[in-house]
Amino acid sequence: MRRLILILALLASPLAAVQPDEVLDDPVLEERAREISEGLRCMVCRNESIDESNAPLARDMRLMVRERLVAGDSDEEVVQYVVERYGEYALLNPRATGANWILWLAGPAMLLVAALIAGLYLRGRARAKPPSDDGLSADEEARLKALLED
Amino acid sequence: MITELGHFALVLAFFVAIVQSVVPLVGAHKRWPGWIAVGEPAATTQLLLVGFSFAALTWAFVTSDFSLQLVTLNSHSAKPLIYKITGVWGNHEGSMLLWVLILALFGAMAAWFGGNLPPTLRARVLAVQGMIGVAFLAFILFTSNPFIRLATPPFDGQDLNPLLQDPGLALHPPFLYLGYVGLSICFSFAVGALLEGRVDAAWGRWVRPWTLAAWVFLTIGIALGSWWAYYELGWGGFWFWDPVENASFMPWLLAVALLHSAIVVEKREALKSWTILLAILAFGFSLIGTFIVRSGLLTSVHAFANDPERGVFILLILAVFMLGALTLFAARASVMEARGVFGMASRESALVANNVLLAVSCFVVFVGTMWPMVAEMFFDRKLSVGPPFFDAAFTPFMVLLGLILPVGAIMPWKRARIGRALRTLRPAALLALAVGGLTWAMQTGNSLLGPVGLFLGAWLVSGAAVDLWLRAGRTPARLTRLPRADWGRAVAHSGFGITVLAIAGLLAWEQEDIRVVQEGESWQMAGFDLTLEEVRELPYNPAEGRNYYSTMGMITLARDGREIATLTPEKRNYPIARMPTTEAGIDYRILRDVYVVLGDPQDDGGWAVRTYLKPLANWIWAGSALMALGGALSLSDRRYRVAAGARKTKPAPATGVPAE
Repeated sequence: MRRLILILALLASPLAAVQPDEVLDDPVLEERAREISEGLRCMVCRNESIDESNAPLARDMRLMVRERLVAGDSDEEVVQYVVERYGEYALLNPRATGANWILWLAGPAMLLVAALIAGLYLRGRARAKPPSDDGLSADEEARLKALLED
Repeated sequence: MITELGHFALVLAFFVAIVQSVVPLVGAHKRWPGWIAVGEPAATTQLLLVGFSFAALTWAFVTSDFSLQLVTLNSHSAKPLIYKITGVWGNHEGSMLLWVLILALFGAMAAWFGGNLPPTLRARVLAVQGMIGVAFLAFILFTSNPFIRLATPPFDGQDLNPLLQDPGLALHPPFLYLGYVGLSICFSFAVGALLEGRVDAAWGRWVRPWTLAAWVFLTIGIALGSWWAYYELGWGGFWFWDPVENASFMPWLLAVALLHSAIVVEKREALKSWTILLAILAFGFSLIGTFIVRSGLLTSVHAFANDPERGVFILLILAVFMLGALTLFAARASVMEARGVFGMASRESALVANNVLLAVSCFVVFVGTMWPMVAEMFFDRKLSVGPPFFDAAFTPFMVLLGLILPVGAIMPWKRARIGRALRTLRPAALLALAVGGLTWAMQTGNSLLGPVGLFLGAWLVSGAAVDLWLRAGRTPARLTRLPRADWGRAVAHSGFGITVLAIAGLLAWEQEDIRVVQEGESWQMAGFDLTLEEVRELPYNPAEGRNYYSTMGMITLARDGREIATLTPEKRNYPIARMPTTEAGIDYRILRDVYVVLGDPQDDGGWAVRTYLKPLANWIWAGSALMALGGALSLSDRRYRVAAGARKTKPAPATGVPAE
């Protein structure tokens, strides 16, 4: 629980992120900067994007993203730039490469398997003969008798 | 003294739980009535003992007994009384005690209200519940004892984390635990039925109210936590896909699946083994959640070493219960023969689709939550899995679920015609398409999120209305006489629709404004005029219930020159815990909230101020409340009370008193 509180504490540091002095003059660039920052992890925080975090490092990263954008980088180039410096850990959206395919395909693959099993089950139920309704089992007879006597 | 008695009661409860888990089980096996009967008093005694222990701990918190380590670490004499009480579960040890208290409560309720169960099944259910009690009481006593004394008590305590000093978060854990732990009863019923070797319609009927109750509490608990995040964390986020949140969301998803598949067991005697498996897994995910939160494993792989004892202990509990139950399941599942026969298009198959989607979506959340750890351990990749992944991988399942829900809900049992159901739903579909299309035409930008979300929401709500209309035989007068279960279903389904609609609307049309404002300065946002009148400093004054320093902005909100509200966003500083918090100033409106946060003072004497427009925000929680209400309505349906009534008539002499 104490760790949970710590997590909450980190999540809830006062006032979110972007300071007025960071905002770019060009609204289109600023919009792109916000979008990119939402997908980048604040390296020292717990599960927070740099857009939400007010840690000094997050501010540095936000400024870095904006610098690259002003310098004319495309969105992908900015993200690549961050990954080269901070590693894959900085991406909140894991890239679909190598072993990460397991992560991305786990859902769809499981859906296929589950749909197949469910389909077979339903087909079985549709073809099954209704249970014979000729009387109750000995167990049920006894229970019925007990209930009626009550 | 009271503390020692509380400690002693807890030890005693441990031994009672051992008796409860052994004697009725043996009794049920050997058919010894005396041994079978032990379960009920044992469950009641366990509740009384754990309850006393919890009361003793609460007493220590209320009287600020700083000779107790736990009180020193988590309380302070200057704290308002309400937060002294809620501080009992604002820490690991105390919250575990609450966990066990709720476990004992559910056990005792199963004993009290289980009069209509076959005696052997009841004995087995109580025994399994007792075993869970043994495991967690041992966990508390051996690794997380709340009753540890300090040799030299300090003068005052270190205060509760300020974030927890909030009504929303004070109530969040008890509701969450009522949900989490409530699923233990479903688990006990599943294992009890496996031991009994018999799963029939009656079993489905017994287990469903417990699932419903647990799910209602879990819904309320999650909604409270999300609402708290919205107003407290300072930027109006409401869900972060954090491992700790996912830990509560996974059991919720499985509980939804379980309460739907239990209907099939009850009405049609099919899906038996799957329902048993779901009941086992739902509680399994509760345990996994407890493990994630308590061990800190997922914060980072290395944090595991910080708390090895507790983490390993819970992992052991998880392994024993899951392996035990699943082995039993594997051995006995074959005896559960399905009886119901139904076509490929039928309400049964719609409920199967519901279960497939919910179970797979839960699996997606699980994989996403565990992947960073797996990737680091096996692939040597240190990576993050954050909201963008979950949004992309999870949302499609909910969209599919929302699309088929209204169709499935009106399909008859056994054999249905999809074309016919769709024709009946034509008005609902047209309405939903109109809403979606209108939204698409009116919004600026090309995002599909808003139109699709509103379409889906309108489809679900109007689909629920059509469902009610059909149930009432298209006669308005009969609407009031429908069974509560029908109302519950429609209310819960439309609640789901409203939540979907609100989340989509909020994410699609949120507006934000960041600026530096001088005192007295005004600014505009989306037709609202805001003025920062002044910024006040409020002193620390525990006598007035203010155990913090506050910097409070007074902001007037006006529309068309008419003042409509004064917002008071705050920056608080708790001197004892040395922690700052923010309190957003929110004007709750029906269609959109105006949400203002006061930031840091600037060099030029101004203040950083953030203004957000949050469309449909309230509807997220209104929808959750409707889901919970729907569950509660179903729970109060007559057929469950009939079962309870039958119990009351039992002791009466056999003169043929009709049961209701």
